[in-house]
Amino acid sequence: MAFWRRNTHIEKERHVKANARDYNDKFSYADNRIKTSKYNIFTFLPINLFEQFQRVANAYFLVLLILQVIPEISSLSWFTTIVPLVLVLVITAVKDATDDYFRHKSDQQVNNRQSQVLIRGSLQNEKWMNVRVGDIIRLENNQFVAADILLLCSSEPYGLCYIETAELDGETNLKVRQALTVTSDLKDITKLMDFDGEVICEPPNNKLDKFTGTLYWRDNKYPLDNEKMLLRGCVLRNTEWCFGMVIFAGLQTKLMQNCGRTTFKRTSIDKLMNTLVLWIFAFLICMGVILAIGNTIWVSWIGRNFQVFLPGEEFQSNAVFSGFLTFWSYIIILNTVVPISLYVSVEVLRLGHSYFINWDQKMFCRQTNTAAEARTTTLNEELGQVEFIFSDKTGTLTQNIMVFSKCSINGQTYGDVYNEFDEKVEITEKTACVDFSFNPLCDKAFKFYDGSLIEAIKLEDLAVQEFFRLLALCHTVMPEEKSEGHLVYLAQSPDEGALVTAARNFGFVFRARTPETITLCEMGRAVTYQLLAILDFNNVRKRMSVIVRNPQGQIKLYCKGADTIIFDRLDPSSEALMYTTSEHLNEFAGEGLRTLALAYKDLDEDDFEVWMKKLLFASTVIENREDQLAVLYEEIEQGLKLLGATAIEDKLQEGVPETIACLNLADIKIWVLTGDKLETAMNIGYSCNMLRDDMNEVFVISGHTLLEVQQQLRSAKEHILGLSRVSSVGDVEKTDMFADDSVFEEAIIAEYALVINGHSLAHALEPQLEHILLDLACLCKTVICCRVTPLQKAQVVELVKRHKRAVTLAIGDGANDVSMIKTAHIGVGISGQEGMQAVLASDYSFAQFRYLQRLLLVHGRWSYFRMCNFLCYFFYKNFAFTLVHFWYGFFCGFSAQTVYDQWFITLFNIVYTSLPVLAMGLFDQDVNDQNSLRYPSLYKPGQQNLLFNKRQFFLCTLQGMGTSFLLFFIPYGAFSVMVKEDGSHFSDQQTFAVTIATTLVIVVSVQIGLDKHYWTAVNHLFIWGSLTVYFAILFAMQSNGIFGIFPSNFPFVGTARNCLSEKSVWLVILLTTVVCVVPGLVVSFLRVDLFPTLTDKVRHLQQSRKKEGPQEQNLRRVRRTSSRRSAYAFSHQQGYGELITSGKNMKMSTVSSAGSPGRTPHSSTWIENMLKRKNEVSCTSDESGNRAKQTPKQQVRA
Amino acid sequence: MMATSYNAKEEDGHHSGASSHGAAGVVKSKKPDNTAFKQQRLPAWQPILTAGTVLPAFFVIGLIFIPIGIGLYVSSNNIKEFEIDYTGVDISNPCYSCAKNFSWNSTTPCVCSMNFTLEQPFESNVFMYYGLSNFYQNHRRYVKSRDDSQLNGDQSALKNPSKECEPYRTSDGLPIAPCGAIANSLFNDTLELYHIDSNNTRNTIPLVKKGIAWWTDKHVKFRNPGENLTAAFQGTNKPVNWRKPVYELDPSDPDNNGFINEDFIVWMRTAALPTFRKLYRIIQKKSNTTPTLPSGKYVLEITYNYPVLSFDGRKRMILSTISWMGGKNPFLGIAYITVGSICFFLGVVLLIIHHKYDTRSNSADIPN
Repeated sequence: MAFWRRNTHIEKERHVKANARDYNDKFSYADNRIKTSKYNIFTFLPINLFEQFQRVANAYFLVLLILQVIPEISSLSWFTTIVPLVLVLVITAVKDATDDYFRHKSDQQVNNRQSQVLIRGSLQNEKWMNVRVGDIIRLENNQFVAADILLLCSSEPYGLCYIETAELDGETNLKVRQALTVTSDLKDITKLMDFDGEVICEPPNNKLDKFTGTLYWRDNKYPLDNEKMLLRGCVLRNTEWCFGMVIFAGLQTKLMQNCGRTTFKRTSIDKLMNTLVLWIFAFLICMGVILAIGNTIWVSWIGRNFQVFLPGEEFQSNAVFSGFLTFWSYIIILNTVVPISLYVSVEVLRLGHSYFINWDQKMFCRQTNTAAEARTTTLNEELGQVEFIFSDKTGTLTQNIMVFSKCSINGQTYGDVYNEFDEKVEITEKTACVDFSFNPLCDKAFKFYDGSLIEAIKLEDLAVQEFFRLLALCHTVMPEEKSEGHLVYLAQSPDEGALVTAARNFGFVFRARTPETITLCEMGRAVTYQLLAILDFNNVRKRMSVIVRNPQGQIKLYCKGADTIIFDRLDPSSEALMYTTSEHLNEFAGEGLRTLALAYKDLDEDDFEVWMKKLLFASTVIENREDQLAVLYEEIEQGLKLLGATAIEDKLQEGVPETIACLNLADIKIWVLTGDKLETAMNIGYSCNMLRDDMNEVFVISGHTLLEVQQQLRSAKEHILGLSRVSSVGDVEKTDMFADDSVFEEAIIAEYALVINGHSLAHALEPQLEHILLDLACLCKTVICCRVTPLQKAQVVELVKRHKRAVTLAIGDGANDVSMIKTAHIGVGISGQEGMQAVLASDYSFAQFRYLQRLLLVHGRWSYFRMCNFLCYFFYKNFAFTLVHFWYGFFCGFSAQTVYDQWFITLFNIVYTSLPVLAMGLFDQDVNDQNSLRYPSLYKPGQQNLLFNKRQFFLCTLQGMGTSFLLFFIPYGAFSVMVKEDGSHFSDQQTFAVTIATTLVIVVSVQIGLDKHYWTAVNHLFIWGSLTVYFAILFAMQSNGIFGIFPSNFPFVGTARNCLSEKSVWLVILLTTVVCVVPGLVVSFLRVDLFPTLTDKVRHLQQSRKKEGPQEQNLRRVRRTSSRRSAYAFSHQQGYGELITSGKNMKMSTVSSAGSPGRTPHSSTWIENMLKRKNEVSCTSDESGNRAKQTPKQQVRA
Repeated sequence: MMATSYNAKEEDGHHSGASSHGAAGVVKSKKPDNTAFKQQRLPAWQPILTAGTVLPAFFVIGLIFIPIGIGLYVSSNNIKEFEIDYTGVDISNPCYSCAKNFSWNSTTPCVCSMNFTLEQPFESNVFMYYGLSNFYQNHRRYVKSRDDSQLNGDQSALKNPSKECEPYRTSDGLPIAPCGAIANSLFNDTLELYHIDSNNTRNTIPLVKKGIAWWTDKHVKFRNPGENLTAAFQGTNKPVNWRKPVYELDPSDPDNNGFINEDFIVWMRTAALPTFRKLYRIIQKKSNTTPTLPSGKYVLEITYNYPVLSFDGRKRMILSTISWMGGKNPFLGIAYITVGSICFFLGVVLLIIHHKYDTRSNSADIPN
């Protein structure tokens, strides 16, 4: 650790030389071994003990233990403290050791992965941990990258390679990395052996998207950037192999640097508990002081004279000093008000609750075979108090699967299924799919339900054909045909993949592309189009076009884009169609579909010629090239003829709208934070019912300057509050007063929504605006932040966390959510969709968003409820147990004499009463899970912190105090004159002790019985078992046998026998029990009877229903009612078109065949290859069998 | 330390999971078991507080407690008890001079007599107690100042008593047997009771001194270190305050001598509260026809050895009969009657409240 820190401190820049281990060793860079474990066998005991004693509670008990060794103070034997302490330490140590063991195992697994390293002229298999900085390693397809490496060369042309960075940033689309041209030729081992370039670069850091460095090789300098780096955690895809040079290894890789130390999260109950423990300490000291003063007075009035029979040493007869000693003695005796077993019990409970989450079948996802997992065992009860949920969109709310679901072609919609009565039929899993078997190249995973479209195709409807031709031509998808007819599309965005796949299935198969041609297989015929230009997509244009020449020689422009944009550029002849299509678009949008409008245009040869020249000229211009191109594009994309529109379903995860509606009913505010564009985000907002048409207003904040944003925020707030007092000229000071406006929140009935983009958010998060942002956001029902960076996500969470004193939960699936997951009180990772980074950083993980409902409303609620009940009871029990000593102090000369037997004190908390309360904390249920979900309002008490707060604590300690008072004074009253049935004297200390102890055990057992709502067999066993064990131990410890062996340790011999055989003792016990329990019973009965909470009502209902027998559950279904017009939703990046036309990403089979024996050898150039394929390969080629195994997702992505 | 959240196992697990679509049969399902325990569906009894369960409970408690209380009260009232304070605080008290002139060193014991009259005859066995007030037998230092091993006849503890006995552990270099403050402060007044009959003659009332200690104490907890007491206690010293060594406590009866002397055992069972009474003697019932203590005049003769005035203590002699539930104890009876009545009353009040403000009936209107 120290070594590592020194290293980074010194390292200003990094020098790495390829193939020169000796040289690189000088710098002692970290090797590729990772270590996340804390201990080894030898250091475990000292380090673990040291850590444990850093906890206040444990240290406190250690101090007590030391105090108990001083004979003048010692009021209890040492074993009363050491037995529980050792037990606690051992349990914790075992838990720590198991955790660390698993860390060791996982470290070992990673460290022992194999990689191929170039050593002394040959490739050798090495374990990951032996890879060192400067090594050249070879990676193969679908392998994890072992360290941060500089890409030198790859199997693909131009040194390109594709990686999936899901582990790092959560994005599933493939990324391209390209090696330096000088190194991309180093394709064989001998050349690589001779490579001796030196890289000088930045020191290790955690910026994933940035890298600066320089390669010095053969007296030349080459700049290096992030585009040439492969980072640890990425996976190589679609690339046979590549070579790279290790720059950062092990802990210094960007992935590891990003993992950071997981901050230890504490729940609010934890914090409250710590405060309360401090209060108890204060209370303890108060009691100590009172009793010490009492002792001083007693010594000076009575004790001084009592010396005849009880002489003390000099210092003991000094009243003040005696008081001082008594203070410490009482601290020892009364220490059990801070129960040592509290912390351990809480841990055990949380662990148990975590297991219940792991075991929950209803949170198991069959598709991905993942069960829910509580990765942190310390936060469970916080799940019952969540007020804010921050959710990622892609992969969390949505599946990130785009499905072509509907279309409108020439004024006719397709995609809905009607029955014989012409009624719309809901599409379910059982609905029959369209049979695509006529098309051998179809994608079997593609599903479409409306047969009329296929009929239209078969009737050779021209518009329909043109529609699909457009979809097959106008895109930037790359095809890959690994074997005959086994087509895989490499799409930039899932939308595009979905559209091209749709065209493919409807008989317009996009087969191959070159920089200048596109080959389709149209209804079984191969057709090659000449690609004249790609007018690429960007955010302003919101459309893309291709200009192609078809085999007939006609030049056509095909355009797809946002409906508003396309409609503006239509030829007047399309007007009628536009209105119909527009209606259809509204319909689609109402269903939450992402829509695109499609149009085409026939171009005149001469006009095109002229335009093309201008384009060529413009593309060579250096200044303002972008603008000039845009103008040119604009010029030609005019007078389009509308073809129709597509509707793509951004598939929501199962049950998302229902879940959101349910969580809303539970008063949980859900904010969506997404990196997507505004339109996409709003679209999803509508489709998951977060935004609705009946909302009073949806505020969209998209300012570019601070003032603009401020203005927009203000006016929005004014609008909501309708108050003139929110003046727009208010300065920073004035915004502070808005913080008080939160009182108005309740009063607002109207529903508002806030949509804010990342750019505005950057301004709004500045200190002077954050208050107004927060206020506004809290006034709105729905908040959507789009285009936000991972950092901003964290900032938003932090903002709410800081100012709202509410529990926040962040849920996400990608690495871009890691920051917010770590910032929020509770982080939830969606497993199974994108990478594992989010899951690794999360506290809870499961496969589907909808499980959140169960996690919060059932598990969270139960955990909170159980923990609160547990704590209330625990404090009650310990106060009742301990304070008896306080009352006794007034009758024993404040001498710190204990009421109970020392063994009883030792065992009370850990043996006699621990199991029943644990069982209550583990199994108690006030309301069953179905009702928890059915009445989401049941969740509210947790948010308002009603079940355990300072008031509740006060009440339960008061109850404990009252019980201790009665526990002492009723036997006191009875015993002062009591004699045994045989006349012998009976009011002795030991009898008194046994009577009170027995009463206490019975009273707390009865009390837990009354506090408990759910008596399982385990509860019965533990309660009755504990009572039995109490009596068994009591009689065993007071038996003749054990006294015979240790007479001085078990002086209570025979007391239990003599005492518990007396009728009067049992009468006292019965009386005390009833008197202790009845007041609490009356209060809780009155509360339930007069002011029943929702919980009580549901419980009542539940019970009466149980008597009636099982009933049909009516599940509320949330219908989407939105009819909002969705906008263009093309999650797409600019610039791919350029890559295509330049031909850079086209494969050169000659090169690739050299490195990949598995690939069939092709002819030398791609053109030849193309031609050959065109001639030889008929469109009706055989399906390869293995395609069926592909998941839809892989197909879209790959 | 850095990367505590990076976990290779899961990374791999994820990928194996993702690739499992094609061959779902091969990969073991991670589906949790469907057991009632794991799914938290354990069958359970779910009691709720309703008027139907709580109110009857109150009435039942009331109806049970009140008769018990009455029974206790009556039987407690039937017990005859007589108490006399012989501390000698007042000048009128016959023991005043003894109390005033008390000295530890005096060799001649001071004897005083107190006359008293029993208004009613005491039937059946009568128990004679001595009572002490303001005597802190429950003080921590006092309570622990004993050595149970020594009292159990342990030889090594006899010779080397526990440190807890300080400052009554050794005297004159010899270990004290029995050691400690409790033993040292053994109550050593002698009480004798005489009945003055109609002829004004004093008839000694026989006081039985055995059977006053618990059986377990006498037979288990306390044991002499040997058969021959004088030899066994050789090499030990008597407690400082004692006039005679422990083996001379009752020379007449070897079964009541040494550590197993019952007066000693009774004293060693320390009282819970500063005011207490301990059994001193038993007056056995002689015949069925005559009462054990007929009404009339009595004389209590006290050999005044035990000083309590210095710390404002009091000494009493108590004569009492007992009933099925022990000695006179009005507290329990009254407490039972009170608690029973309160419970019954609460039941009535709650019933009224319940009927007047019943909110249960409309429990159907649960907001969603």
